[in-house]
Amino acid sequence: MKLFISLILVLILIGIPLIGSNVSGLVYLFGVIIPYIAILTFVIGMSVRVLKWAKIPVPFKITTTCGQQKSLPWINNNNLESPHNTAGVFWRMALEVLFFRSLFRNTRTGLKEGPKIVYGPDKILWAASLAFHWSFLVIFIRHFKIFLQEVPQFIPLLESLDGFMQIGLPILFMTDAALLLGLTVLFLRRIVDPKLRYISLVADYFPLLLIIGIALTGVWMRYFGKVDIISVKQFTLGLFSFQPIIPDGISAIFFAHLFLVSALLIYFPLSKLVHFGGIFLSPTRNMSNNNREVRHINPWNPKVKLHTYEEWEDEFRDVMKAADMPLEKE
Amino acid sequence: MSEKKPTPESVAQIEFTPSKQGWEDPKTEFKKGTFNWAAIQKSQEYLDLPNPRKWQTTDEDWKLPDNWKQIIFDGLRDRLDRFRSLKLFMDVCVRCGACADKCHFFIGSGDPKNMPVLRAELLRSIYRKEYTLAGKIMGKMAGGRELTVDVIKEWFYYFYQCTECRRCSVFCPYGIDTAEITMIVRELLQLLGLGIDWITTPAANCFRTGNHLGIQPHGFQDSVDFAVDDLQDITGIKVDAPVNKKGAEVLFVVPSADYFGDPHYFGFLGYLALFHEIGLDYTLSAFASEGGNFGLFHSNEMMKRLNSKIYMEAKRLGVKWILGAECGHMWRVLHQYMDTMNGPADFLEVPKSPITGTVFDYAKSTKMVHICEFTADLIKNNKLKLDKSRNNQWNVTFHDSCNPARAMGLLDEPRYVIDNVVNKFHEMPENTIREQTFCCGSGSGIGTDENFEMRMRGGLPRANAVKHVHEKHGVNVLSCICAIDKATLPPLLEFWVPGVEVCGIHELVGNALVMKGEKEDRTDMRNEPFITEESKKDE
Amino acid sequence: MSDKRNIIIGVIIFILLMTIPIWLNLATGTSTERPELEKPKGDACVMDKEYMTSYHMDLLNEWREEVVRNGEREHIAPDGKKYDRSLTNTCLDCHPSKEKFCDQCHNYLGVKPYCWSCHIVPEEFK
Repeated sequence: MKLFISLILVLILIGIPLIGSNVSGLVYLFGVIIPYIAILTFVIGMSVRVLKWAKIPVPFKITTTCGQQKSLPWINNNNLESPHNTAGVFWRMALEVLFFRSLFRNTRTGLKEGPKIVYGPDKILWAASLAFHWSFLVIFIRHFKIFLQEVPQFIPLLESLDGFMQIGLPILFMTDAALLLGLTVLFLRRIVDPKLRYISLVADYFPLLLIIGIALTGVWMRYFGKVDIISVKQFTLGLFSFQPIIPDGISAIFFAHLFLVSALLIYFPLSKLVHFGGIFLSPTRNMSNNNREVRHINPWNPKVKLHTYEEWEDEFRDVMKAADMPLEKE
Repeated sequence: MSEKKPTPESVAQIEFTPSKQGWEDPKTEFKKGTFNWAAIQKSQEYLDLPNPRKWQTTDEDWKLPDNWKQIIFDGLRDRLDRFRSLKLFMDVCVRCGACADKCHFFIGSGDPKNMPVLRAELLRSIYRKEYTLAGKIMGKMAGGRELTVDVIKEWFYYFYQCTECRRCSVFCPYGIDTAEITMIVRELLQLLGLGIDWITTPAANCFRTGNHLGIQPHGFQDSVDFAVDDLQDITGIKVDAPVNKKGAEVLFVVPSADYFGDPHYFGFLGYLALFHEIGLDYTLSAFASEGGNFGLFHSNEMMKRLNSKIYMEAKRLGVKWILGAECGHMWRVLHQYMDTMNGPADFLEVPKSPITGTVFDYAKSTKMVHICEFTADLIKNNKLKLDKSRNNQWNVTFHDSCNPARAMGLLDEPRYVIDNVVNKFHEMPENTIREQTFCCGSGSGIGTDENFEMRMRGGLPRANAVKHVHEKHGVNVLSCICAIDKATLPPLLEFWVPGVEVCGIHELVGNALVMKGEKEDRTDMRNEPFITEESKKDE
Repeated sequence: MSDKRNIIIGVIIFILLMTIPIWLNLATGTSTERPELEKPKGDACVMDKEYMTSYHMDLLNEWREEVVRNGEREHIAPDGKKYDRSLTNTCLDCHPSKEKFCDQCHNYLGVKPYCWSCHIVPEEFK
């Protein structure tokens, strides 16, 4: 049901521009107004989200330690998994953000007769996520050839790396394949694994399908129903230099692609996709495990009712005296 | 009683595949053996907790205050503004499911709401409905749920079915820590006067007398005297165990179970023997006679109230630094909260071992050292005469307690100590130790008799790993450094792996410690004769 | 708190990175003009202009396959006219300058076709 709703939502999102961009007058809406709104929403929305998090205090240093602490000098501290200084935190975060360290740990728990609980490595989620996220980044960077007047030198280099297998023509970019493969795996596991299907919401299927839609329209334009890429670049250059124009000859599929990207950008700061910023702020990962060495300050450290020694001794003085225990006041 | 007790066979019927029905319906069945009794009114009142009243978990009507909804919404809003962790953890979860089968309660029960992701969704769905744009507009479609009395009961059931062990947070790509969410939901429930008795009453006792069973100072003194006598019977040496001694160099803080619980007590004897042998100038305190902190399971304010006694007492007694005994959640508080809450401890000195001269500069702010760190340093510097063969009756494995492992990173110190005091040691499988260690299933205040079945379920992964080394290597004792472990692992192992005992590491240290002037026929901390070559021949 | 400072720096970096096309374009200046191609010498192409604009690479790829693998050298245009499948002899006849024709669009888009790793660039031949 939730899957069905998500699918329909994405199909509607593809349909709107396919029809709408053919209606004269609406092209400007799909080509200029919506993309500008989307970019603004994304950049401002994400910034606001992160700044809002930043405003909230971090009362306690609650590092999750995944390795040996720094204690006695002859015991090896694992500064990556239990960092005791900023450098350790930096590398821990780098591993987390760039290579999804924690997902790499993933295991699968099984139950056998006995009962006997067994654990096996499970790298599928890690591999699919890594393939998807990295491909997405590379593809985004590749797009700079149509965002910028002067194509930077590194983009042809990146492309030749990305296409070094030289399959087909236009040469197949491995990231295009990896992106779709990663997305497909991430999507299928939500359907196939009963636990995953149980926890999945519309908000989980929808962005996956939306990005699959973006990828498929993009792949279609590159490999199959080619668009007039010169016109497309004229268009994007106009967009990114505040001189929007819509040259003739841009096919509707391009507007579908653009509209889905806009939808993603708008959806981004309103959804779980904010993990893009949130991962940097996670207090169990981005703080060092040096609690006993450096005092952490809680800005709202509450005043609480305490039970002082004097009150305590007052209550128990007699029995303490009888037991010959030392007292402050006789 | 004619009631059917759960058996390993009946409990082992676990199904990991959730039903087709969704999880959104909050209706919760409070099955006997899987929940805890409500906090009694007297304890709530002693601690000045909000909305104290007489009620019971099994009641249909929990007598919530009229404005209960407002209390929850205000409480949640307030905490969203005070804990970045909460707000972030509400916002960033992508429900990737990496945590799903990492929770010992899910593995042991198959109840889908015990998947950490779904446990958090129980709160997140309410958060979405009330505090996010998408949730306000789209409601159910955005995964929002209405706050109802049934949701409160569901929270009570499932957030007292999380032991705050943080295993899920190791696997989460964003480090989402269910313990943090559980702690905050428990705070919200406390606002409505919904606590469980095995948290609130021990907290009240700790607050009043200094320890969780409410033992008064003279009772504490008796226990310590008793231990001194027992140790004399065992070793022939009368040790000195000062209480409330002003001007001692070190304040030694133990979880209160150490001086009246079993097998904790054998470890306590081990401490006394060790301190005597090295001539440590220390004192116990009857006022701060509980390092364990039931406030951690209650609210951050309660944690602070109970924890405050340690620094207050250190200051009053004029000690230089503080040594902490084996205890899991106690060390979470000491390592991650104490200094922030009740510091700075500028009246103390940077801890320095008077025996080896080692300066524990990694504890230079909190001024508190873990006994395993302390003992490891003694052994490394050859300050102890140890005879490993005195532990030959034991074939040992080590259970990393959740909090020292995942909230401290104390992994190799206890292993180093064990390595130097026993001959036979075998690790459990790697997915069940160190940072991936499994909880005893009874931590965070839910180790009660009424919750027995759920504890056996939650402890299944731990017990299962013990069973593995028991069958493969003949392991017969599970060593650990946590008071809750020592209290709750024995019944767990008896249920799943009969024939394996539980001990503290310093019981093993006490056994192996060769003391100057000990009697010829000294025994181990349990007053059993050592297994020597001769006694073997006799058999 | 240093934490907040770091986050704000992070947000600024994020905004800059996300809007970098705008800044770079402002710096280099942009033109929304189409790249201008040298007028071809002949009066008709092997396919129509729209097709050639978007699909010339497919056509060239097909020619290469047919000629090198199958020895089929004959191309029949939509109007029935026959052409020799040859980059150097057919294409370059009408579009003699790589620089003024091919490169115009390819550089505009940062495309590096590998035609010229085998074929001689006409300008260099002279």
